[in-house]
Amino acid sequence: MIVDDSLAVRRKIERCAKAREGVTVLMAVNGRDAITLFKTEMPDLVTMDLTMPELGGVECIKVLANLNPKVHILVVSALSDKVTALAAIKNGAEGFLKKPFSDEALAIALTELLETESYET
Amino acid sequence: MMTDSEVQVFIDGIKNYFMTVSDSKAVVGTPYLINANKSPYSDYTGVIEVSGIRKGKVYVLAARAMLRHFLLSLGEKNISSELIIDIVGEVANTISGNVREQFGSQFVISTPTIIEGKNDSIEDVNQAFSVPFRWKSYTGYLVVCLK
Repeated sequence: MIVDDSLAVRRKIERCAKAREGVTVLMAVNGRDAITLFKTEMPDLVTMDLTMPELGGVECIKVLANLNPKVHILVVSALSDKVTALAAIKNGAEGFLKKPFSDEALAIALTELLETESYET
Repeated sequence: MMTDSEVQVFIDGIKNYFMTVSDSKAVVGTPYLINANKSPYSDYTGVIEVSGIRKGKVYVLAARAMLRHFLLSLGEKNISSELIIDIVGEVANTISGNVREQFGSQFVISTPTIIEGKNDSIEDVNQAFSVPFRWKSYTGYLVVCLK
């Protein structure tokens, strides 16, 4: 599930995700929509922006991690200061990809999270 | 007013943005203080409001043709007006968010708002500076006004 208020960013991540076999992509434009979609679809992996209207990413991560502690959450955000990154990790995120990002960096970050999942199962 | 080193943080942000996501670097011009008679404008302006330890606004101004070309370079096939409006806000958001590495987490930024057409909303023009930049054959502007 891609959570970002930017259409261009959602589409960029979608293109990268769909390059993998067997991936179904869901998209939400803010934290509130993400929680609603998450409850019904229970995605395995979430990319999460932090600065969004309605409900920001740090708060949303906490809710999603409580709903499913096994979900893999990758923060994709321009807010790259240590305090924000630590808050996201503390709430349940596993990785942090700083915007702006290249397609290669995103692919590597997604692979790392998916490999974590395969080790666990 | 901002210090030279603070201005440099924003200049580095422009360079880093285009170097990371596109196939061409942005060439940054000399920053200058703007005034009511010499205020940059373009087709679209992405505006970020800053609060917390600093107060003010960050603006990214770009022409429609530049944004369209930039989206194509990102791999977009179908360029809609919605995407063009979105990307100028995302550029402003990303550059503003990145400067928190230097300004700290109390440098709080809003989600972007977009102005279409001539921008008359640049506040405190006598304290704002403009950084012109060229990407490919296009000229954009980063305008920063922080107290």
